[in-house]
Amino acid sequence: MSTDIEKAHPEHGELTPDSPVPDPGVEEHVPRFTDVDQAAADRAYRQIVGMLALVPVLVIGFLVVYFAVPRDAELMVFGANLKMQNTLLGLTAGLAALLIGVSAIQWARVLMSDEEIVGERHGAASPPEARERVLADLETGIEGSSIRRRRLIGSGMAGALGLMVLPAVVSLADLGPWPTPAVRAETIEKTIWAEGVHLVNDVTYRRLKADEIEVGQLVNAEPETLQDLEGTAYQQAKAKAAIIIVRMDPNSIRIPESRQDWQVNGILCYSKICTHVGCPISLWEQQTHHLLCPCHQSTFDLGNSGVVVFGPAARSLPQLPITTDADGYLVARSDFTVPVGPSFFERDSSKDFVEGDR
Amino acid sequence: MAKPAQINPSSPAMEVRTPPQEESPSKLAAPAKWVDDRIGLAKLLGNIRKIFPDHWSFLLGEIALYSFVILLITGIFLTIWFKPSMTEVEYAGTYQLMRGVPMSEAFASTLSLSFDIRGGLLVRQIHHWAAMLFVAAMTAHMLRVFFTGAFRKPRELNWLIGVGLLSIGLIEGFAGYSLPDDLLSGTGLRFVDGLVRSIPLIGTWAEFFVFGGEFPGDLIIPRLYMVHILLVPGLLLGLISAHMALLVYHKHTQWPGPGRTQRNIQGYPFFPIYVAKAGGFFFIVFAVTILMGAFMQINPVWIFGPYNPAQVTAGSQPDWYMGFVEGAIRIIPNWEWHLWGTTWSWNIFLPGVGLMGLLFTSLALYPFIEAWITGDTSEHHLLDRPRNAPVRTGLGVAGMAAYGMFWLSGGNDILATQFHVSLNAVTYFMRAAVFVVPVLAFIVTKRICLSLQRADRDRVLHGSESGVIVRSPDGGYSEAHQPLSQGEAYTLTRHPQPAALVPNGKKVGRLRQRLSHWYAAGQVPKPTAAEIAEAAHHAAVEDGHDAPALEGGDSGDTP
Repeated sequence: MSTDIEKAHPEHGELTPDSPVPDPGVEEHVPRFTDVDQAAADRAYRQIVGMLALVPVLVIGFLVVYFAVPRDAELMVFGANLKMQNTLLGLTAGLAALLIGVSAIQWARVLMSDEEIVGERHGAASPPEARERVLADLETGIEGSSIRRRRLIGSGMAGALGLMVLPAVVSLADLGPWPTPAVRAETIEKTIWAEGVHLVNDVTYRRLKADEIEVGQLVNAEPETLQDLEGTAYQQAKAKAAIIIVRMDPNSIRIPESRQDWQVNGILCYSKICTHVGCPISLWEQQTHHLLCPCHQSTFDLGNSGVVVFGPAARSLPQLPITTDADGYLVARSDFTVPVGPSFFERDSSKDFVEGDR
Repeated sequence: MAKPAQINPSSPAMEVRTPPQEESPSKLAAPAKWVDDRIGLAKLLGNIRKIFPDHWSFLLGEIALYSFVILLITGIFLTIWFKPSMTEVEYAGTYQLMRGVPMSEAFASTLSLSFDIRGGLLVRQIHHWAAMLFVAAMTAHMLRVFFTGAFRKPRELNWLIGVGLLSIGLIEGFAGYSLPDDLLSGTGLRFVDGLVRSIPLIGTWAEFFVFGGEFPGDLIIPRLYMVHILLVPGLLLGLISAHMALLVYHKHTQWPGPGRTQRNIQGYPFFPIYVAKAGGFFFIVFAVTILMGAFMQINPVWIFGPYNPAQVTAGSQPDWYMGFVEGAIRIIPNWEWHLWGTTWSWNIFLPGVGLMGLLFTSLALYPFIEAWITGDTSEHHLLDRPRNAPVRTGLGVAGMAAYGMFWLSGGNDILATQFHVSLNAVTYFMRAAVFVVPVLAFIVTKRICLSLQRADRDRVLHGSESGVIVRSPDGGYSEAHQPLSQGEAYTLTRHPQPAALVPNGKKVGRLRQRLSHWYAAGQVPKPTAAEIAEAAHHAAVEDGHDAPALEGGDSGDTP
């Protein structure tokens, strides 16, 4: 019985399927309890019918819940607040489905004939005659098509079909605007920050006065001009312009010479958009001046021009140069000096601020 | 004047017929005959008594299939109300806490589905749980196929279809996750924006083409909707059909056992046994997902709120099946190259695009690599017990370990807060663990497999432990062993053992020789017929005493 297909291909690898123990053949069928005991079989029959009889009850329950339970009713189960309608609809429908499933399987397990049967297997390959017939048909067809004598039709057809890929692919060129240098300069390399734009609280749009920000405080802010935008333009602008303002003790931080006039008495302003993949960074460690991104844990040192101190981000957090207006409110001195958010291929980001720059 | 409405049977102008009297078919067969007369149903159906073998591990693929059907059913329900639009609206629905909040139509319609449509929340939650289950069941099914060697000839193409199903299943899940346009899904989309942007050379172009311009734009949700409800489900449906058709053509694999060979298939008929069992199992899977939808909250978008590009929640996570990519993204060092005025963001491209590519490429290639190493060109319909292919099992567990380490890294912040350890330490640890743990897992797994082979050998030679301690007349204690049945002994010994390739007339490259040696090395030889006979003889002589260990066997149970 151990003649196996493996032996038919002895060219490689001595696979030895022979068992030292002879195959005893298919195990003898052992009758189930329900096969030999009529009472047990009747009991199983009643159980299965009983399960099915419960299904209509549950379906009626579902309908009652659907029409009678108010949408906002709540249910307390073990201290958890469940939405009553959702829970009861699911409970009735779920149990009904469960009963159908269990009764069908129980039927197959204990009442249907459980004699194992044995079938033949054949190799996956077609029989040799079939292969030869198809090859012969192919030959006849090729001959009939006269492609061997008129070869140009074949290559012409292949070339024509191949070329038709071009219109299909080119038609996709309008999927989006092309990020040419001019387009990039107006989109991903630019935010709505500009000289004289006020820094405002990101929820109330109230202007921020420099002397009202305490040492250690962090404010989420936006440009005042953001509120003029709506819809898509608003979301796109906000996705780049979001900033955080922190005030630190000037003596405990390092401000490079080139950025001395980017800050107001230890009030520094950074892009909120992570230079890794663009999450809004929001976890602030007041004492270490570190800012941690909750998405992938890139950590930036705001007391040191936003350089990366940990995590997968590679570029320093862009800093927004700020000053105060005549009334002491914080305003931007310009847009960000480098693009915010993740790096991109066309721009060499190695000249961004790194540790040690002055 | 009315004509008589009678037919005169004797009229020569009118022929009468009685309806043809065929042998009256049974009640069930009558409609079947009606259809068969028209479309040849019997030929279409083929063998409805087709045999399928029975084993719990064969149900994993069924769960995947059924959860896909559940996704289709619940998904159709959701499309009736969901509006895939990023147009900004002011919410005016029944959920008090968000009245007046500006949000996209997509998010507003998700809220409406959750609060205003009766059963809508239930179906949303069933859909999401079924999606989790779909990928999980596909993964478990794939592992079953891998560890039992069911991917071997002639099933390599079906394995490739399976790898395709798993990979586009991830895309499908991600697209669905992004549709509600809540804070969490928007954060996921922003991550994808960064991921696409990091692709060398074409990143910015790909980003602008995918999003229709700058992130977030107003096109991505309608586009993902098309991908989620038309493009990918269509591909899934086609590939699943091909997967099932090949399953039927090849006939299911079976575990080795008495009477089972490479040339037969032993089991129960499709009709009626598997119609009832598989049909019933569909309802059980459906029931489980419905009950999960009833009792286990998932993706409560009204708590997260609409997407706001300036906000993110701590502990933001993708659905579980993207966790390994998330983990790789988190732990990779911040490598970035600057060449000729360009930036190469390896810190995002390698763990994101690269790792997924590596996973699916190695999965797709494995059957061909293993066949090349073993030189095995034969058909296999009997499954391997994982212990009998120690290197394959070791590689599989190593892969699982690497996946697991990446997956855990995807929750490095949660691990740090839950176990009160430093986030940085967790990250540094994981950077090493993704390389070290798989190697350890391979070594340990291979040793376990070889020990299990040894235990099988012992069982065949000495029988199984009876649990009865016998005291001999001279005071020694030993455990009596019971001989195995012939069927069990056959099951434990019928497997082929891989052997190293030797150049035999044909040229075998050095690398291939080495690999095949490595693949076959260390296996515990199966007992030979002579050894079994000797052990049986020995046991009879000792009369109930423990037979001493044979050479090569390692019984270690002598007192």
